[in-house]
Amino acid sequence: MTTDTIPGQFSMAHTAHHHKQTFLTKYIFSTDHKTIAKQFLLTGMFWAMVGGLFSVLFRIQLAWPDATFPLLETLFGHWFEGGRLSTEAYYGLVTMHGTIMVFFVLTAGMSGTYSNFLIPLQIGARDMASPMVNAISYWLFFIASVVMLASLFLPTGMASAGWTIYPPLSVLPQASPGSGMGMSLWLCSMVFFIASQIMGGLNYISTVLNLRTKGMTMFRMPLTVWALFFTAIIGLLSFPVLFASVVLLIFDRGLHTSFYLSDLYVGGQALSYSGGNPILFQHLFWFLGHPEVYIAVMPAMGIVSEILSVNSRKPVFGYHMMVYSLLGIVVMSILVWAHHMFVSGMNPFLGSVFMLFSMLIAVPSSIKVFNWLTTIWRGNIQMTPAALFCLGFVSMFISGGLTGIWMGNATIDIQIHDTYFIIAHFHLVMGVAAFFGMFAGVYHWFPKFYGRFMNETLGYVHFIITFVGAYLIFWPMHYLGMSGVPRRYYSFHEFRAFAEYDNMNILITTASIVVFFTQFIFVINFFWSIYKGRKMKTMNPWEANSLEWTTPINVNDIHGNWPGDLPTVYRWSYDFSKFEDEERDFIPQTEPLSQREIELGNNH
Amino acid sequence: MQLLLIALAIILVYVVIAHVGKAVELISLIKDEKQRREDSSRTQAFWFAASGVFLGLFIGITIFTEWHKFLTVPASEHGKWIQSLIVVSLVITGVVFVITNFLLFYFAWKYRYRKNRKALYYPENNKLEFIWTIVPTVTFIILIVMGVEKWFKVFSDAPTDAVQIEITGKQFAWHVRYGGPDNELGPRDFTLVNSSNELGVKWTDKSSRDDIIDDDDIVLPVNTPILINIGALDVIHSVYLPDFRLMMDAVPGVPTKFWFRPTITTEKMREIKNDPDFDYELACNQLCGTGHWNMRRVVKIVTEEEYKKWLSEQDSYFETNILAQN
Repeated sequence: MTTDTIPGQFSMAHTAHHHKQTFLTKYIFSTDHKTIAKQFLLTGMFWAMVGGLFSVLFRIQLAWPDATFPLLETLFGHWFEGGRLSTEAYYGLVTMHGTIMVFFVLTAGMSGTYSNFLIPLQIGARDMASPMVNAISYWLFFIASVVMLASLFLPTGMASAGWTIYPPLSVLPQASPGSGMGMSLWLCSMVFFIASQIMGGLNYISTVLNLRTKGMTMFRMPLTVWALFFTAIIGLLSFPVLFASVVLLIFDRGLHTSFYLSDLYVGGQALSYSGGNPILFQHLFWFLGHPEVYIAVMPAMGIVSEILSVNSRKPVFGYHMMVYSLLGIVVMSILVWAHHMFVSGMNPFLGSVFMLFSMLIAVPSSIKVFNWLTTIWRGNIQMTPAALFCLGFVSMFISGGLTGIWMGNATIDIQIHDTYFIIAHFHLVMGVAAFFGMFAGVYHWFPKFYGRFMNETLGYVHFIITFVGAYLIFWPMHYLGMSGVPRRYYSFHEFRAFAEYDNMNILITTASIVVFFTQFIFVINFFWSIYKGRKMKTMNPWEANSLEWTTPINVNDIHGNWPGDLPTVYRWSYDFSKFEDEERDFIPQTEPLSQREIELGNNH
Repeated sequence: MQLLLIALAIILVYVVIAHVGKAVELISLIKDEKQRREDSSRTQAFWFAASGVFLGLFIGITIFTEWHKFLTVPASEHGKWIQSLIVVSLVITGVVFVITNFLLFYFAWKYRYRKNRKALYYPENNKLEFIWTIVPTVTFIILIVMGVEKWFKVFSDAPTDAVQIEITGKQFAWHVRYGGPDNELGPRDFTLVNSSNELGVKWTDKSSRDDIIDDDDIVLPVNTPILINIGALDVIHSVYLPDFRLMMDAVPGVPTKFWFRPTITTEKMREIKNDPDFDYELACNQLCGTGHWNMRRVVKIVTEEEYKKWLSEQDSYFETNILAQN
């Protein structure tokens, strides 16, 4: 065990003849970053299926609010009592869908998988700075997962105050049954989860700063590493604040303090809480909650930059600007949180300040979009499933990002806040887009994960249905939102104004069912390919430049990644199609500058 | 049994898809790798472009057919300001949306892989990047200035002659209180709440004695500034009047407010919408528990004369309910 934990700088000679690993040490309690990455990926995939299933269940309610489905009662029991989703279960599922997707899939599943897998492999390190802390990070996430999973089966119901758990609703079981044991387990799970994220984040940052191989200057790192590095920084700055807000909430619930509560009359009696302020919680929550969306989407941005460049056989356009725009997003992401609170009752002056930054953060995002478009311009785009998901990402990011300019405008927000417009906006820009980044990454690095390829045909089917389906699901929601339909409604039939979109809701639900079942094609492809996929026969199947493709095909059997010395880096990772007259259109990072390049003067 | 059949059918579909995928892979392995890549890139670029055309049509057609539903007539003064900002944003983002998405699909089709072509080595162009940093920045600053100006107008202090009403949220209904003849709302204290005084109004205060508390439709005059004092008893709610573009959270312990000037009476709106049953509706827009979706109240906007008449017919809650009981 101890020899396994040798960090990057040691020669492989030390680790080559370590003791034979058992199944337990290799696949379960491993400290190898590659194994931990796969653990995060598989756990994330499990949660993505659960979260996706939940969304289908409550979408069925929204499309056919008055119908009954005995089949669903057979499958899901008391959630569908009488074949119809109960209001308690509806709000529980809505809450859990958000929690699972945002935290367990797009944070842990995303950063956990790609930071762990790609950072050491792409910067030329043998493992994380602290492999043991890294393993603990996964197992804390696992505990968080188990606690959250258990909370789904409570007889009193799961947490149902929304994933944003605004007090007082989340504090008072008499106001919402889910705020009893369900919320206790939710908060408990979140404590483990935050600890896990902080341990992971510390590790990612110190690995990038300390364990880069010889020649790997910061500005030679692939954009994936930059994105994952910045993501970890955002997480490290904002998760502790969520921790604080969660702990204060636990105090309010258990110790009867009044951080967030005051002047309450619930269940026929005046409560003794006094002096607190529910809006304080919103400030603390969104101090994480907003950066959180960048935690979800920034790794995808890095992945997309990398994969688009490799598959276009072209250097990513404006590498430095891509880094600076990521940095701009990092800085501004922690200055925009209160745009979730324009109509929360906070001082209107604050609204104007937060509007300024919320609009300006669109500048780095638009730079990135233009740079991606220029990256594929006059490229030679190999349409692999990974490349397609990247193109899909860019489309989703454009469509969802542009409505951010509406939402960020505080005055417009008065009309569309908490309507279906925001659902459309964030699902496109950080939900579907981040998922597309994840899919692209899996298709692209699967050969590195398992030494085999995923089936491309299944990948194409998966992509095209998911892509068109995602637009069919979320685009019509813009219309609903602009005409005023609020989110988190169990049924729209009580209001004349909201009831006119029945057909649209049926379209949305039908599309979401199709998209949900399409994801099984991906899952089947994934597990099938682990055992039966086409074998990887060359080290560098995509003809990419970055260091992970200089590791041997059987890298998963090697804790230390490179059997011999660590590679030395001489250039950035985007030298594609550099010389028109050369047969080979890529130059790996490990290749020293040629005479010709030295004469031309090398920028990178 | 039915369940089993459905499950079997679904599994069968997956098995077929998986085997087709495997077969295609086996066939493609016979081909030269580069030729295979060129062929599959053409096919996939075609499907991607086709999906772009399909989605373009879907978006274009639905915008055309749904237009009247999602750009509705705002029924308040500030609603018109918001509408104008929306139209400006719609035009700007709409143009960018069409251009960038078109370029994406077009480039994907035009620059798809061909085995005998080479990509252009084009790592940077500072001038271009400068342009697409400055242009969005300037555009956003214009939008920010327009937005901030209106934002402060919306949240300016209410005119002193504004009609005072109070809307208080609780699970799962609204309490509405009018200032009465003196147009002043008496103070409240949550510890005084009981079944005959559900809002906890302090009756000892003189200004509360003429307040009107009414569970019927909310009646308000047109073309008059109206100040809504907003509160909540138990959890956070949100006062949401979509037709007036009005939304403000109702937070227990933190009084909030929003003033607006309705410009269209209910009668007039019924004519505009050609819908004799139309009513303005008050909804809750902050998740407040299992009945969140069911907190409807009708708002009637009437002419000033009708409002004065209605007001004169109302009784003080204190006199009819509190005094009468004791």
